Amino acid sequence: MDGWSELDNLLRTDPRDVGCAEALEMLHVYAELSAAGGPVEQRYPGIAAHLRACGPCGQDFEGLLAAVRRGSK
Amino acid sequence: MSPADSRGVRGQGAAAVLDPESAEWVQMLTGTGSRREVALVRLHEMLVRIALGEVRRRGPQLRIAGPELDDLAYQAAGDALIAITGKIGQFRGESLFTTWAYKFVILNVSAKIGRHFWRNPTVPLAAEEWDRLPDRFGFDPAREAEWRDLLAALQRVVNEQLTPRQRRVFVAIVLNDVPLDTLVIELASNRNAIYKTLFDARRKLRAALVTNGYLPDELSRR
Repeated sequence: MDGWSELDNLLRTDPRDVGCAEALEMLHVYAELSAAGGPVEQRYPGIAAHLRACGPCGQDFEGLLAAVRRGSK
Repeated sequence: MSPADSRGVRGQGAAAVLDPESAEWVQMLTGTGSRREVALVRLHEMLVRIALGEVRRRGPQLRIAGPELDDLAYQAAGDALIAITGKIGQFRGESLFTTWAYKFVILNVSAKIGRHFWRNPTVPLAAEEWDRLPDRFGFDPAREAEWRDLLAALQRVVNEQLTPRQRRVFVAIVLNDVPLDTLVIELASNRNAIYKTLFDARRKLRAALVTNGYLPDELSRR
């Protein structure tokens, strides 16, 4: 990916993005469904869009997903 | 099938029948006496385990290690325990109780890391590190004249079209690599508000760069 694409990706916004508050409110449901291989992107497109764009919420999601997977073993 | 799946994943605000393990947690933690004490100890141990796992997962990206990182995990687990017991009436059974509880500790780890960076910044929070952008975006040195033109246009739009707050947030996060959770503390705000400010700034900057022919419009994305 060249610098133009990197910058474009950084600046590009998704109108479905629900923001941090709504994403974090449902993060436990989203992570559990995701860990089970459920259709999270289809069921929660606004949260999926947010987690792709927001570094901190994406990081929290990855952490929660890892915790759920560890907990289920 | 996950507990969430088997219950059809309730929307916000809907109540669900709790799975037996979650019901037991809620019953013990809302009870009294030694049973509650035992449950609190068990929950704290679980939260510490999750917090330690999380700080180790994030460790390579942080400038914290060893006992300091473990301290951070224990503090996050302690704060999460208080939050969980205070909010247990809000648990609606949309997930396993443990997943809901894990969320508190993960969010507390994030907040503690943000606070750590705020106390120990690697760059002044108000600096403007425009020179870092070429490396960050990986521009080809062979096309330096072109990307210098692009970055000059970006800087012009940042200076002329963003509000002072949008500009401050954009500069801190994009130019200076300040973690968003650190900026939350610096500006006495919250993650949602800072993200929204950055979101609006990104949209405004992209629109200006598209209008001036520096970036492709939606239909001609490379």
